[in-house]
Parts: sequence; structure tokens; C-alpha cells
Amino acid sequence: MFTDMLTIWSASPALSLAIWLVIIITLLYAGRPHAHQLLRSTGRAIHGTLRVASGSIRQLEERVIKRNNDVLLAQGREEAENAIEREFVRVNTIVERDLSQYPVLHRKLTETLDRIESDYHNSIENKPLPPAWQEVMDTIKNLPSSGDPAVANILENIKEVVENSHEQTLKAYQDDTNERHGILKSMRPEWRSLNQNMQKVQQTITGLEDSAKTIDRRMDEYESMRKGENKAVNALTSSSLTQFFISSLVLTIAAFGGIINFHLIAMPMAEMVGGNSYIGSMPTSDIAALVIIMVEITMGLFLLEALQVTKLFPVIRNLDDRMRKYMGIAALTILVIFAGIESSLAYMRDLLALDREALAGSLAGAEAAESQFRWIPSIGQMMLGFILPFALAFVGIPLESFMHSLRTVLGLVALGVLRTLRVTLRLIGGFSNHLSKMLVNLYDVFIMVPLSIERMVKSRLDARAPQQREPEVTEQAPEATEAKEGEKRKPGKAAKSQRRRKETDESELAEAELPLTTGEA
Amino acid sequence: MIDVTNPKIRVALQGLRLITAVLLSLLLFGCAEPTNHSRAAFVLMDISDSYAAERDQARRLTNYLLSQLDTGDSLAVGFIDNSSFTERNIVAQVTFDERPSVASQQKRVFQRRVTGFMENFQTPSYHSDITGGVLLARDYLEQVDAGEKHLFLLSDLHEDVPPRLERDMKLNLSDVQVVAINVKRQRSDNENPQEYEQRLASWEKRVEENGGRWAMVNNMERLEKRGVLR
Repeated sequence: MFTDMLTIWSASPALSLAIWLVIIITLLYAGRPHAHQLLRSTGRAIHGTLRVASGSIRQLEERVIKRNNDVLLAQGREEAENAIEREFVRVNTIVERDLSQYPVLHRKLTETLDRIESDYHNSIENKPLPPAWQEVMDTIKNLPSSGDPAVANILENIKEVVENSHEQTLKAYQDDTNERHGILKSMRPEWRSLNQNMQKVQQTITGLEDSAKTIDRRMDEYESMRKGENKAVNALTSSSLTQFFISSLVLTIAAFGGIINFHLIAMPMAEMVGGNSYIGSMPTSDIAALVIIMVEITMGLFLLEALQVTKLFPVIRNLDDRMRKYMGIAALTILVIFAGIESSLAYMRDLLALDREALAGSLAGAEAAESQFRWIPSIGQMMLGFILPFALAFVGIPLESFMHSLRTVLGLVALGVLRTLRVTLRLIGGFSNHLSKMLVNLYDVFIMVPLSIERMVKSRLDARAPQQREPEVTEQAPEATEAKEGEKRKPGKAAKSQRRRKETDESELAEAELPLTTGEA
Repeated sequence: MIDVTNPKIRVALQGLRLITAVLLSLLLFGCAEPTNHSRAAFVLMDISDSYAAERDQARRLTNYLLSQLDTGDSLAVGFIDNSSFTERNIVAQVTFDERPSVASQQKRVFQRRVTGFMENFQTPSYHSDITGGVLLARDYLEQVDAGEKHLFLLSDLHEDVPPRLERDMKLNLSDVQVVAINVKRQRSDNENPQEYEQRLASWEKRVEENGGRWAMVNNMERLEKRGVLR
């Protein structure tokens, strides 16, 4: 077919091909303006449409950002309010617990101080040793003994009496000093008691100070959130993402716990509901085991809600305290019953596994081996069956965090998708525009021979009639001068308009070329 | 007029929607055609002169099937002799209870019965009425109405029907998988191997023409690998 077409003009393929080329190039040259218009308008249309779509997505993106920020700030405000409330409750507890006893403590301190003061006064009332005693002693000692034995004897007696009196006085002084020391010694416990009381006061005051600092910090954060500052939004986003990953991790761990729990009770469940009935493609025993686990988790959720640990169900949260208490007791009771059932099922599973093992051994022709410590895994399974429901009951806490942070994460994901879409649309639009320009140039490359001829003809025509063009230039001159003056007058606006004009000129130039017909060329 | 802005009414409406969704799901589950998950197997062992020595293979196969079958499944063991289409040809048959513990007890009883038959077996049969045995097994498998039906054939597939028996009839083995196990080669097969191949091909053709599926496992260990009864 192709060969027939090729050799339609001549038997020689080369000649025929040349004729075909001439025809094609002539046709392309004739259709050049329309082809250019088609290519450029298509490129511009795609570019414009995608730019409009991108703008719409941008608006949507902004709305999503605003909505995300609102949700984040609302969550953050609620958390901050709760934290501040908790701190105030702590302060109240400290004040009620410690500072309510302050009058008693104050009285104790006053009494202790009074006692210390009194003891101190008692300790300083010390009678000093009369200094005259020493002088009397020295005088008697220095009296001259005239050799008269009677005088000497009298003096000796006086000396002895004086010395005795001195010793007695000294002894009395020492006793008195000891007594003062005793009083000072008895002050020690009072000092210690005073010290302890002061330490208690210091601790209380320090606790209050810490709480006050925390409240100040929380209040600053709250203020920042109320103002909707970027800092607060970023901090909340980061915190939300951290919460999301942590809660996901904990939920994954809980899911594994659930799987273990399921395997623990699925096999013995067949004894209760039969091993041959199916719901859909799943054995009823498996579904029953799953239902038990789900009910346990639900009871755990209700229990945590009743204890006000989580806030997933407004209906339970809005119940009065008495009803919530009853509900909590009911949920706990059901949970304990289910834990007991699971424990017994786990034991039954162990028995069934033993039986199966024995049967498999007998079918394989092996002798059943006696195991000494078979009771250890039995007890382990029973304990696991009892503990796992309670462990799963706490899944409500990470679930709540997950649900709260999921909103933020979904918002971020939506934002990411919108941004990617916007960038992609812009890229495609830009690429289409440039592709259309490239195709226009490529088109001209194919018909470069006639175009060159056209240029040559044009230049010759221009060369022949140079005088006709001069007046045109002169006519255009005043307009150009006015434009220049205008630019001088408004430099800022002029620059803008120049830029705009340049862009318009480019497009107009491209469009101006379009209506160029072959005749004009 | 219901005030939908009231939080309590909104919660109630949400609950109502949830209940409706659950009920609809249950209804859809209920309307779906129930799938039969039970399995049935019939072990047919040849006790003719040429094959009676392979009884241990039948015992191994029975034990394997007992370990694989579970609650609600059915198992029967029969033998091929001079005239196989009689109730006396069934050694033991059981449909396991829904409770796993009871099923384990049934398996023990079944195993004892089969072992007892093997131990008390003395005289091999002169003829081998394989078609009669297959018909017996087919009737049993149809009767238990299982989702999967398997017929395990322990024989050399050399049929030698007594002249008085009429066995030229359709087997009607639709939905039955026939697994020939341990097809022993006879002395004549050694002289002319084509005979052995022709015998296998004729049985395969006969089973497939009657709506059954044919499989051959000569080694017992390969039975598990081929995923039979899984």
C-alpha cells in the first residue's frame, strides 16, 4: 500500500519521494497560519483551563488549611482548658490539704519560738565569779609571816577558809554553767521541730509555685491558640502527628493481643457452637470468638467512659454520677465474667490440644510421651485468658487519641493530595503551552525552504521601496515620544505597563503572524 | 416535627441508622446461599490375590485421612473382593460430630475398627470387582451430601469380575474426585508396560466420562503435597 502510494508519480522511488515532499511542503506552507493558530490556541486553551483548575484547587486548599487550623486550635484549646483546670484542682488540693492547717502550724511555730526564747533567757542568767576572791587569795598569800607560829597558824587557817570558800564558789559557778548547758541542750529538739515545720512550709510553697508556673505556661499557650498564631498551630500539628503514631503503635500492639486472644478461644468455641456451622465463609466458632473479644473491648470502652478516662460517648458522659457509677460497675462485672469464661475456654483449649496430640500420636503410630511439667502451660494459658480481656479493655485510651489525631492526619493527607494535584495541573498546563510553541517551530522547520524564499523576496521588496517606509517611521515618532514622556512621568506604572505590554506584544506578535496568508507572503 | 439539632435526637437517629445497617447486613448474609464446607472420603482397598499384601498402605491412608478430616466430615472404608457392591464390603463408616472432643473419640473408634479388620484378614479374594466397589463408594458419597467428595482407590486397577456379575453400566461420578493410590504393577506389566499404561488410561477415561475427576498418586507421601483434602 505504502509502496504503491510512494510510486504513484514515477517508477523511481527517489523521484516519486521528491515529488511527494514538494507537494507536502507546499501544502504545509499554504496551511501554515491555520496550523500555527490551531497549535497555539490548543496549547493556550489547555494552559488556561488547567490554570483555572489549579486556581480552584488552590482555593480549596486554603479552605482545607483553614478548616484544619480551626479543628486543631479547637482541640488544642480544649486540651489547654482541661490542663489549666487540672492545675487549678491541684492548687486547690494543696491549699485545702496543707494551707488549711496553717493556723495550727503557725501556733506550733509561735509556741516553739516562745520556748526557745525563754530557754535562751534562762541560759544567759549566769552569775559570774566574783573577781574579789582572787585578790583576797593573792593578798593572803603575800602576807609576811613574821615568824610567830600563832600568826602563821592564824594566817594558814584564814588561807584555808578562803581557799575552801573559793572552791565552793567555783563549784557553784560550774554547777550553774552545767545547768545552762543543759537548758541549751534541751533547746535542740525544739530547733529540730522548728526546722521540720519550716521545711513543710517550704515544700507546700514550692508545690504551689510550680503549679503557678505551669498555669502561667498553659495560659500563654492558650493565649497563643486563641490568637491563632502559627507557632501554636505548628506545635499542635506536631503534637497531633506524634499522638497519631503513638496511638497507632499501641493499637497495633492491641490488635496482636486480640489475635492471640482469638486463637486462645476459637478452638474451644467449636465445642460450644459446633465446628461445622458457617456464617458466610467463616466458621461460626471463629465469629463467636471474635464477638466475645469485641464485647470485651466494648465493655472496656464503657468502663473507661464511665470512669471519665475517655470521652468517646457523649451519652455516657452526660449521665449523672450515680448512673455512671452503676454503668461502670455493670461493665466491670461483665468484663470479669467474660474474663472468667475466657480463662475456662483457655483451659479447655489446652485439654483439646492434648487430646488431639494424643490422637495424632496414635494415628502416626507413636507412643504417647509423659510430660512432667504439662501443668505449667495450662496455668499460663488460663492466666493469659483471664488477663488479656482486661488488657484489651484499655484499648479505649489509644483509640480516643487515634480518633482525635486521625482528623488532623486526614486533613494533612487531603492537603498533600490537593497540593500535588495543583502542581501537576500547573506542570501539565505549562508543558502544553511550551509544547505548542515547540510544535509551531517544528512546523516551520519542515517548511524552511519556502520560508527562506519568502524572506528573500521580502527583503528584496523592502530594498526596492525604502522611501515609502521612512514617512511611516516619522509618523510613528510622536507616539513614541509621548510614550517616553509618559514613562518618565510614572516610572512605577510605566514599568508595569511596559511589562504587560511586552507580554501582550509577544502574544499579539504570535497572533499577528497567524493571519499571514500565502498571498501576503 | 423532629428537631434534628437536638443532640439526643441526633444520637438516636445515628443509632437507628447503625441498627438498620446491621440488620440489612444480617439479612444479606441470611439470603446468601449457604456453602457446604463438609468433606467426605471413601477408601476402597483391593483385597484380591494380587493386591492383598498392600493392606498396610490402606491403614496408612486411613490414618492420614483421620488426621485431616474434622468435625462434620465423613469417612468410610470398604474393600474390593469377588462381589463388592454389598453392605458387608464396608468396614467402617462415620460422620464426625460437631464437637471436636466427640469427633476425636469417634476417630479412635474408627481407627480401632479398621485396624481390627486388617489384623483379622486372612483369605484374599480370587476376583476383584472394582466397579462394584466404586458404585458402593459413589452411593455412600451421594448419601452423605458433602461439599467435597473423594474416592481413594487402593488397587492395581486390574478388574476381574466374576462372569455372573453385570458391571457394564454408568458410574455417574459427578463431583467426585477419584484418587488412585499405589497402583501396583503386575508381573504381566513388566513384560508389556503398555498394558499398565492402557489400564490407567482406560480407568481415567471411564472416570472422566462419568463426570468424575481423576488423579493418581503412587507415593503416599505425595498425597499431602498435592493438597488432597485441604
